[in-house]
Amino acid sequence: MSLRIVVTVKYVPDATGDRHFADDLTVDRDDVDGLLSELDEYAVEQALQISENSDDDVEITVLTVGPEDAKDALRKALSMGADKAIHVEDDDLHGTDAIGTSLVLAKAVEKAGYDLVISGMASTDGTMGVVPALLAERLGVPQVTLLSEVSVDGGTVKGRRDGDTATEQLEASLPAVVSVTDQSGEARYPSFKGIMAAKKKPVESWDLSDLDIDEDEVGLENAWTAVDSATERPARTAGTIVKDEGEGGKQLAAFLAERKFV
Amino acid sequence: MAEVLVYVDHVDGAVRKPTLELLTLARRIGEPVAVALGNGAADTAAALAEHGAVKVLTHEAAEYADYLVVPKVDALQAAAEAVSPAAVLVPSSAEGKEIAARLALRLGSGVITDAVDLEAGDQGPVATQSVFAAAFTTKSRVSKGTPVITVKPNSAAVEPAPAAGAVEALSVSFSAAATGTKVTARTPRESTGRPELTEAAIVVSGGRGVNGEENFAIIEALADSLGAAVGASRAAVDAGWYPHTNQVGQTGKSVSPQLYIASGISGAIQHRAGMQTSKTIVAINKDAEAPIFDLVDYGVVGDLFDVVPQLTEEVKSRKG
Repeated sequence: MSLRIVVTVKYVPDATGDRHFADDLTVDRDDVDGLLSELDEYAVEQALQISENSDDDVEITVLTVGPEDAKDALRKALSMGADKAIHVEDDDLHGTDAIGTSLVLAKAVEKAGYDLVISGMASTDGTMGVVPALLAERLGVPQVTLLSEVSVDGGTVKGRRDGDTATEQLEASLPAVVSVTDQSGEARYPSFKGIMAAKKKPVESWDLSDLDIDEDEVGLENAWTAVDSATERPARTAGTIVKDEGEGGKQLAAFLAERKFV
Repeated sequence: MAEVLVYVDHVDGAVRKPTLELLTLARRIGEPVAVALGNGAADTAAALAEHGAVKVLTHEAAEYADYLVVPKVDALQAAAEAVSPAAVLVPSSAEGKEIAARLALRLGSGVITDAVDLEAGDQGPVATQSVFAAAFTTKSRVSKGTPVITVKPNSAAVEPAPAAGAVEALSVSFSAAATGTKVTARTPRESTGRPELTEAAIVVSGGRGVNGEENFAIIEALADSLGAAVGASRAAVDAGWYPHTNQVGQTGKSVSPQLYIASGISGAIQHRAGMQTSKTIVAINKDAEAPIFDLVDYGVVGDLFDVVPQLTEEVKSRKG
């Protein structure tokens, strides 16, 4: 038996950089370094662990939708140990929102062939956390999301979802869409050998016509949502800072009392 | 007046506070029609009526607890088709966002998540969001279909606004996808007796500086003196000192309380993303250069093991 895993990843502006918006109110990608979204590293890691724990022949394809530079994210995932990569790139994709992105990913996943899709819990730029659910809806397969533990046994995927009010054990038949949290296990660092090997791994490039998607189904103009304004949050007014000379706790209590919290 | 669907988050009929906040926001757009599903659905009606629901659509079925997300999407879709609402509002929990996204796709609509405010606009409801670790505020709207919007806790005040709250049975037929993901076991989270982290008016958080699981007792003691929820930074959670369910930050909970007290937390971007919109911020840290001090209304440079217990005692004595 074989198991085909597609890991969806996103190339995002570095969260520690000075992120801002471009004139068309999309995320500016020019002035801040990009990288593989940290939360997607956990998805790559779980795919690798499923592969290592499996007796089956497992093939891991890493998939991204994004501009030319997004290849860096694919390269990182390949150097961690994924087998091959697919880059969906098309100028008409600029400004596509979550609903549109899920369409592109669904078509690409179907074209690639899959038994299991693994995603991160959210991107570190948009932070919506809805693409895995959208992908499951579009593909018509079970959604097994926000897992802190995941395992595949035969044709079944199982996992633990830590929710707000309860911890749930989930189970579904493959094919399925899984998303994993940052609690699922530390992602490995690429080894030197892995980095060298990644240079020789295949990266396919697809555009919208390869996926039979019309240009009027994606892009900023055709998005299902519109951003009308983006304003930088005013810097917080400098507060009072005191050094504790033995009365710091009492001074703080006085401040809280003044603000009516006590 | 147009109707606005509000998805009710409840536990066996007890309505959670963010749903009541949604009713406040829904009334700005139209007449709130609540949708309550699963065990105890009809028991939600009194609280919902008191806060402005003109109707409460209910449906009880085992599927809502036994399978993940999709049965609830089926029900909300049935409600949307029955009501033709001006918007659908859903609390911004992890599950709420998944339900909202799938519903939007089925309705041919756009979805906006994690709104922190909502107002009526010429082209439909306008949602305010806090993005890039709260460095920017955006205003957005859904431009196609029925707007589906999830709203974060603490985005509006709970306001009494008595309405009829007439209970009507919702007719739901489950899709083939509904039973795709089975919930084989469920362990309810043990109650700490403290307020829910995302809903609390005051949050007291500990970070790396707390330096050990056992030391979180002094953070909890301060929290209890103020009636606050307890949070933890990623460093403290990764070290195993406090549960992940209490993590504040980009990969944990995002909180926006009236008062946030950070103890032994340096204020890395990861953490700031989850607390920067708090109304009043207070920090205690040994390092005068810690970035958290850039955010504070009041900061104490000092050893949290001296400052926090003294603060706790002083709060207790002031409260008498």
